[in-house]
Amino acid sequence: MSQGRSARILGILAAGVAALTFAFGQAAVAQSTPLHVPIVYLKETIEEPLPLSLVEPVATDKGLAGVKLAIGDNNTTGKFLKQEFELVEKTIPAGGDLKAAAAEMSAAGQKLVIADLTGPRLTEFADLPDMKDAVIFNIRAEDDGLRAADCRANILHTIPSRAMKADALGQWLASKQWMRWVLVYGVNDGDRAFADAIRRTAKRYRAEIVEERAYEWKAGSRRTDTGEQQVRDQMTQLTQRLPDHDVVIVADESEVFGDYLPYRNWDPRPVVGTSGLVPTSWHRSQEQWGGTQLQRRFMRDFNRWMLERDYAAWEAVRSIGEAVTRTTSADAPTLHEYIMSDTFELAAFKGKPLTYRKWDQQLRQPILLATPLMLVSVSPQEGFLHERTPLDSLGYDEPDSTCRLN
Amino acid sequence: MHRLMALSTLLACTALASAAMANTAYVSNEKGNTISVIDLDKMETVATVPVGERPRGITLSHDNKLLYICTSDADHIEVLDLETLQVVNSLPSGPDPELFVLSRDGSHLYIANEDNNFVTVLDLQQGIVSAEIPVGVEPEGMAVSPDDKILINTSETTNMAHFIDTTTLEIVDNVLVDSRPRYAEFTPDGKQLWVSAEIGGTVSVIDVATRKILHKIEFAVQGVRADTIQPVGVRITPDGKTAFVALGPANRVAVVDVASYEVQDYLLVGQRVWQMDFTPDAKLLVSTNGESNDVSVINVVERKVLKSIAVGELPWGVAIR
Repeated sequence: MSQGRSARILGILAAGVAALTFAFGQAAVAQSTPLHVPIVYLKETIEEPLPLSLVEPVATDKGLAGVKLAIGDNNTTGKFLKQEFELVEKTIPAGGDLKAAAAEMSAAGQKLVIADLTGPRLTEFADLPDMKDAVIFNIRAEDDGLRAADCRANILHTIPSRAMKADALGQWLASKQWMRWVLVYGVNDGDRAFADAIRRTAKRYRAEIVEERAYEWKAGSRRTDTGEQQVRDQMTQLTQRLPDHDVVIVADESEVFGDYLPYRNWDPRPVVGTSGLVPTSWHRSQEQWGGTQLQRRFMRDFNRWMLERDYAAWEAVRSIGEAVTRTTSADAPTLHEYIMSDTFELAAFKGKPLTYRKWDQQLRQPILLATPLMLVSVSPQEGFLHERTPLDSLGYDEPDSTCRLN
Repeated sequence: MHRLMALSTLLACTALASAAMANTAYVSNEKGNTISVIDLDKMETVATVPVGERPRGITLSHDNKLLYICTSDADHIEVLDLETLQVVNSLPSGPDPELFVLSRDGSHLYIANEDNNFVTVLDLQQGIVSAEIPVGVEPEGMAVSPDDKILINTSETTNMAHFIDTTTLEIVDNVLVDSRPRYAEFTPDGKQLWVSAEIGGTVSVIDVATRKILHKIEFAVQGVRADTIQPVGVRITPDGKTAFVALGPANRVAVVDVASYEVQDYLLVGQRVWQMDFTPDAKLLVSTNGESNDVSVINVVERKVLKSIAVGELPWGVAIR
């Protein structure tokens, strides 16, 4: 690594040696006071869609569990360096007062925030004067706009954008030469946004969207007791008389119908997108690059599989931890600067160091492609090159982005 | 008749002698749940032994009669008798043992438990766990100093080399290194500790007396992306002059001059090279290439790859007698 980094590490080591040397002297008092690092987990309680399948457990602590795991990891490291990480949980009701929450945090000197908020509420929160010099990690909102026109200097994104996911999927389809796509999307905003991302990807990789169809029915109960035949008929109707195609791409983020599509569609074609083969930053089948260790730690503590939002939260809290370890500071602007510097790198069970894009503060990361029980591949795919790093072949690259935070 | 018997006895003795002379490499196959036995004279795999689930770290007893195996998913250490090639014992290890080191006096195995942030101390004479030492997140690399006094553990998510006093079993110092430290190796004189950082892409050379980083070795291979250069296994020749560093998905083993820290060569081996071991005479080095299901045999003096030998699925560790 760079000279600067080596010097910094030597500095930290020197400080450690000094602490030992003076352990019995007067300096002991100052040195033995641990560095306190409060990290706020901010969540707005809004109703979330339930998994369509009744066998899929409903996680009520999605995101929070990932924060807790990473705080534990940070503290295990911190005990050797006299650093203490504290979780501050803040929950506001749907439509609750973000301003009051920000004022409280500011008064308590809490400037490191893990935000479990939707896109519009996230920018509303980040724009509050009390949050001006805060570092806010977005672990939930995948909106491409947050990485473009709506980007903010105090928001970093660990959850991948929809464009990154669509590109990850598109690269796989292109490498398989499955270039004729049918796009089926639901009625909710997220569904439309993911469909937009798929259209962008199709253009980038010169795939052809041979037809688009909207699924307009409303969400019903998860139970399909005796309803199996009705579901089958609905999906068959939805997909009959389509032009020749290789795959059906479904955009149904709210789990209204996506998992009903595979095997019930009219033509014998695989289903990908939000169901079937899914692009995601984390999956229970991910055991590569030491991933098993993270999965087991999580399962042991929370008795369920780690979900994508948990992983994004873990990455965010670990980013803070890594910056605190290397800078021995708890000051938000200092940590922010280090995280965005060339020396920062995060080991996150993806087989390569993860870094943040300077222009929009999005964490670069490989995207997994998985079926419910198996990892199928990891994008970027072979041959999708980029002058900086292949990871920048996923999502909005610097020249395409309207965001310029660098 | 007598002459014939004498001749056959002589032949048998010769056969035995040459068998004893031949070096044998043992390779753990993480996905195959087997140990491959390689005859390094014939340069081929001569036996494949089924063992417990997910064998990773392996090491020989000092008398070369036993092979200790971290069977990670079976959550214990298996003991393979090398004469009969039978698993003759299993020892407690704590959960998910990944790598371990045998004390120089052969009395203890120090085991990294990747799942629960502990180093487990196994008393081999009694076959019991005699201590557990709390360390950083995801302990992996293990090394013991030539005088048996200092035990090293590296923790992959904490990014430290922990220095542990083997008498008190307490951590006496921690040295922060680059991301994901995987392996630790003492120089033969015990003065330096070399620690690889897989994600950081470096090897830190630590002065054992002061616990200061003397130097960070970086690697660059033309035509190979920097983020695929991921140092894992480190081995230093018994004369203390040359270090070999396995570079993971860069598919290379780097040759480093210990005195100057200069990287002098990159040897092309199989895919995702992780661990290595020397033959006892240090003339050959064998590397495990996980993705290509083979090992590479390297001539240490000439710095040349001699041969690839097919083994089981996802070869991980190697030990040679």
